[in-house]
Amino acid sequence: MISFTSFPIQPDDIHNGWRAHHPDIAEDTLMDLDDEQELFEAGGSKLTYPGESLTSSQSYMRGHGTYVDNEEVIASVAGTVERVNKLVTVRAIRTRYNPEVGDLVVGRITEVQPRRWKVDANSRQDAVLMLSSVNLPGGVQRRKLESDELQMRTFFEEGDLLVAEVQAFFSDGAMSLHTRSLKYGKLRNGQLVSIPPILVRRLKSHFIALPCGVDLILGLNGYIWVSKHVKESDQEGEEGFDTEAVYSNQNDEIDESTRLAISRVTNIIRVLASRFVPLSDTLLLEAYEWTVDQEGGVKDLLQEDVGDALVATVTARL
Amino acid sequence: MGSRVEILNEGGFRSDGRRQYELRDMTIDLSQQGSADGSAVVTHGLTQVLVSVFGPREAKMRSQTIHDRANINVEVNVAAFSTGERRRRTRGDKRILELAATIKSTFEPVVQTNLYPRSQIDVFVQVLQQDGGLLQACINGTTLALVNAGIPLLDFVCAVTGGVHETAPMLDLTLLEENDTPNVTVAVMPKTGKVTLVTMETRLHVDRFEKIFRLAGDAGKVIHGEMKSAVKTRTSALVTAMGSGPRVGAGDAADRDADERMNEY
Repeated sequence: MISFTSFPIQPDDIHNGWRAHHPDIAEDTLMDLDDEQELFEAGGSKLTYPGESLTSSQSYMRGHGTYVDNEEVIASVAGTVERVNKLVTVRAIRTRYNPEVGDLVVGRITEVQPRRWKVDANSRQDAVLMLSSVNLPGGVQRRKLESDELQMRTFFEEGDLLVAEVQAFFSDGAMSLHTRSLKYGKLRNGQLVSIPPILVRRLKSHFIALPCGVDLILGLNGYIWVSKHVKESDQEGEEGFDTEAVYSNQNDEIDESTRLAISRVTNIIRVLASRFVPLSDTLLLEAYEWTVDQEGGVKDLLQEDVGDALVATVTARL
Repeated sequence: MGSRVEILNEGGFRSDGRRQYELRDMTIDLSQQGSADGSAVVTHGLTQVLVSVFGPREAKMRSQTIHDRANINVEVNVAAFSTGERRRRTRGDKRILELAATIKSTFEPVVQTNLYPRSQIDVFVQVLQQDGGLLQACINGTTLALVNAGIPLLDFVCAVTGGVHETAPMLDLTLLEENDTPNVTVAVMPKTGKVTLVTMETRLHVDRFEKIFRLAGDAGKVIHGEMKSAVKTRTSALVTAMGSGPRVGAGDAADRDADERMNEY
């Protein structure tokens, strides 16, 4: 231990040398110096299981994944215990997607209803996409007409995939989506992969263009869209925005090498997800380069030993 | 019956070599099965069940939605090869429907369904092998599958079958014992000791009931220990796997550096 001679060393600092340098943290931890201390140590990565008593409800507030019984805060899911000041939450390790306003999601239309679509977004209820929250053809800012209501299936049909943003919640907790941006809308030219939502982290941008000619949309709900790269100039379109292109069901011509690249990326994501490795663009790129170096076929990736080797090399490098 | 198998011999051993209060070997597999949100394979001796949980998700039938809580839907399927004699049971079989209804009513007070209004939680139970204690295996498997799916539960539910041979109570019966002795299945929540299920299909003497009921409650705590350690192992394996990727902190720190640099301008 380094001792600074210019400061007088206090006797109780001998075992907690760092404390003097972080007065705020020291005060915070001092409050927890009771028998509950081990609960929140090491960055709150303590694991718990349903029915385990975490702490007393008099000194802490219960958050998600907990309930109060007999003045005790008790975990109700298996996962990691997290604490923010006096709020104790348990984050389940595997669960369905919990939407938050502003999240980017990829979903699939399940139903067309009057003035709205129902969208499966891997959440506890189907999301709602109102006719008023999509871009209508012929000008971005336009009132919806009765004729639009009658031809809703020309915009989105059952089974169509789309990328959207969570706009708001209804009183029962169902989420409302919107696609009022040129970045959002119907998806084509690609393939969907579904992974546990916890493996997708919030990033600055969820639209990723990999240098191998593949675009990725990482939906926070665990749905990932892997598609052919589209040039940004093409994507933006003209001032008036082309409905034909936005709501088209027709795939573009995709050449052999792009198809291979898309399948390769898809399989990499599947392999990483099966080993429970969180996704990131650098990780994917690293993995892509590794698989190209290995000169194996795309489908070989799904073999157990190749997958293990992939995960081992990629996680070791980063 | 010609050569009758002794349920409990003079040395105090049962037909499979266990003592009165010994439970059978229990194995738990919590690995991912297909596209289920949570799944578990549980074996008690030779009884094996696979439980898959889907949800909470949008209810497929509108009539099944409940406006203030989730609906739990249990379906049981008994494999034709699960018994000694090959026998196909149809989905409409009354015994199977009753089994499903029992599982459903066991879990309704335990799952925090009020957190998921208008949703549905689907539990699919596949019986792969039967050797007594079917209900207990189904309940233990469902608990683990629900935990694995991240569905909030008040507590684990641990079930054990108990029976009485002459006056001697026994735990965790095999099929042979189950056919020959009055038996009772008890499901407990070990933290509070609350009992969510007691069921009997045979007649049991009132004086024997309390003894066997208490024993089953205690045995539930033993099973709880097994289930707890399986869940802990699984959770820590997943957390470790997630941590082995790029550290959460690392990316954030890089972002923060970038942000700070931006702020300097």
